[in-house]
Amino acid sequence: MAELCGVVGIGQTEHRAARTDVSMAGLLREAAERALEDAQLTWKDIDAVVIGKAPDLFEGVMMPELFLAEALGGAMKPMLRVHTAGSVGGSTGIVAASLVQAGIHDRVLCVAWEKQSESNAMWALTISMPFSVAVVAGAGGYFAPLIRGYIRRSGAPDDTGIRVALKDRLNALKNPYAHLQIPDVTFEQIEQSPMLWDPIRYLETCPSSDGACAMVLSSERLAEQAPTRPAWVHATAMRSEPTMFAGRDQVIPRASLDNAKALYEKAGITNPRQQIDVAEIYVPFSWFEPMWMEGMLFAPTNEGWKMTYEGATAMDGDMPINPSGGVLSSNPIGASGLLRFAEAAMQVRGQAGEHQVDGARKALGHAYGGGSQYYSTWIVGSDKP
Amino acid sequence: MADEKGPVEIVQTPVELDYTYTAGQAATRFLKGVEQGKFLGQRCPVDGLVYVASRGSSPKHGVPTGPDTVEVSDKGTLISFSIVRIPSANLSVEPPFAAISVLLDGADSHLMHVLDECPLEEVRMGMRVEAVWLPKDQWTASMQNVTHFRPTGEPDAPFDSYKDHL
Repeated sequence: MAELCGVVGIGQTEHRAARTDVSMAGLLREAAERALEDAQLTWKDIDAVVIGKAPDLFEGVMMPELFLAEALGGAMKPMLRVHTAGSVGGSTGIVAASLVQAGIHDRVLCVAWEKQSESNAMWALTISMPFSVAVVAGAGGYFAPLIRGYIRRSGAPDDTGIRVALKDRLNALKNPYAHLQIPDVTFEQIEQSPMLWDPIRYLETCPSSDGACAMVLSSERLAEQAPTRPAWVHATAMRSEPTMFAGRDQVIPRASLDNAKALYEKAGITNPRQQIDVAEIYVPFSWFEPMWMEGMLFAPTNEGWKMTYEGATAMDGDMPINPSGGVLSSNPIGASGLLRFAEAAMQVRGQAGEHQVDGARKALGHAYGGGSQYYSTWIVGSDKP
Repeated sequence: MADEKGPVEIVQTPVELDYTYTAGQAATRFLKGVEQGKFLGQRCPVDGLVYVASRGSSPKHGVPTGPDTVEVSDKGTLISFSIVRIPSANLSVEPPFAAISVLLDGADSHLMHVLDECPLEEVRMGMRVEAVWLPKDQWTASMQNVTHFRPTGEPDAPFDSYKDHL
């Protein structure tokens, strides 16, 4: 039996288009210090540091872990870097949790980030290979045909994506850390925003953000002594598959379904929609909400859009999705997955402020990355598992 | 130190990377085919599915593809697409344009390319398309030989014929 692990400290930065007031090290330190403060701990209480960010080419800085070690209190301590493309924030949380669950460390600090203002991720994603042509134009160009496949297969109404974007943009207004804040945003405003990668509109797309997120994870004994109620880790799961293979379902990939099944089995969940109170799901383009409702088995095949359409995923619905405003409102790429995990933990600790879902006791955090091929998820609860 | 002009907030430090790409056996086979105006692929020995271009192994079964080479058509079905309207560095075409996924006849893996000679509002899933090649005397061992795809004018392929490739 593995050790229990609890989230005892959570910190995030204000996510903005350009945080020119801090260096990369300063940005990470801001999130980490907030997590330590939340846990009422100091740097010396940390046994190991786990960090994660998106591929180096996104910021043009190779092996940033080397120059960040001191800023993160990592000197003379074990420090690990995790790589799983866009899902890396989630995987970083899972690696940190596994170090505690395996009984190797008592307190682990995990930090994930991206400083997109120092980089050009779209350039880094539009790469040319000798046997193909560069036509995808960033992540949106890659995912738009998959979204079109989903719409065709499910018969979802064309405005489903607009509804998701409207909900998440309204939720973001309740989250002081969220990057994109559009007061009085309307359905028409989103509908009339320019098509960037048809069928994805400008306001159905995530922003480019600078930001970081950090968490302190503790063993059961230390978590019980924490000043604030911990979020207990009930289950974690990771799955991946190749980007391309003949007959691959790119819309709802098998790795997503396998990941969901593994996660629920570990957490003893048989009816996720009923047993989970709130979920933070990685939705960088609006249509991925209905897609992941199916990919995470909240809805039957081809019916994920009905949850959005019926308002089930709204703050006051039966399955609130992304009360924080989600990736659509803040996208410091490497941090985005850890933010989903942290927001889930904030919900079950009753810490989410204006975007708190009343009575949330069990929450799910989700991240995906690459060509919809990497998945990291966890379930946290107010009660011990 | 900051003076009256304020702190230095950001400095541009461009980095340039030039790669020498060693094609290896699998990509060489594909590119040599393209040099002759053909799309060559290989079969996965486990499920018999045809990969174009094969990278030398079946990602699904983890075994070498082949050993035989399979020639597939330069016609196929447009299985999905996006109209790209946003500019980006590195793009090989000027927006707006139709970025398409094509399932070549005889292949089970798809490739991304550009559709041209077709109004953007007429682009649709299931459209039959064909590769447009540079004049033969300009062919090299490169995908640059195919400038774009264009509609063939044949009736659309039924959704069932490609739905398992989305």
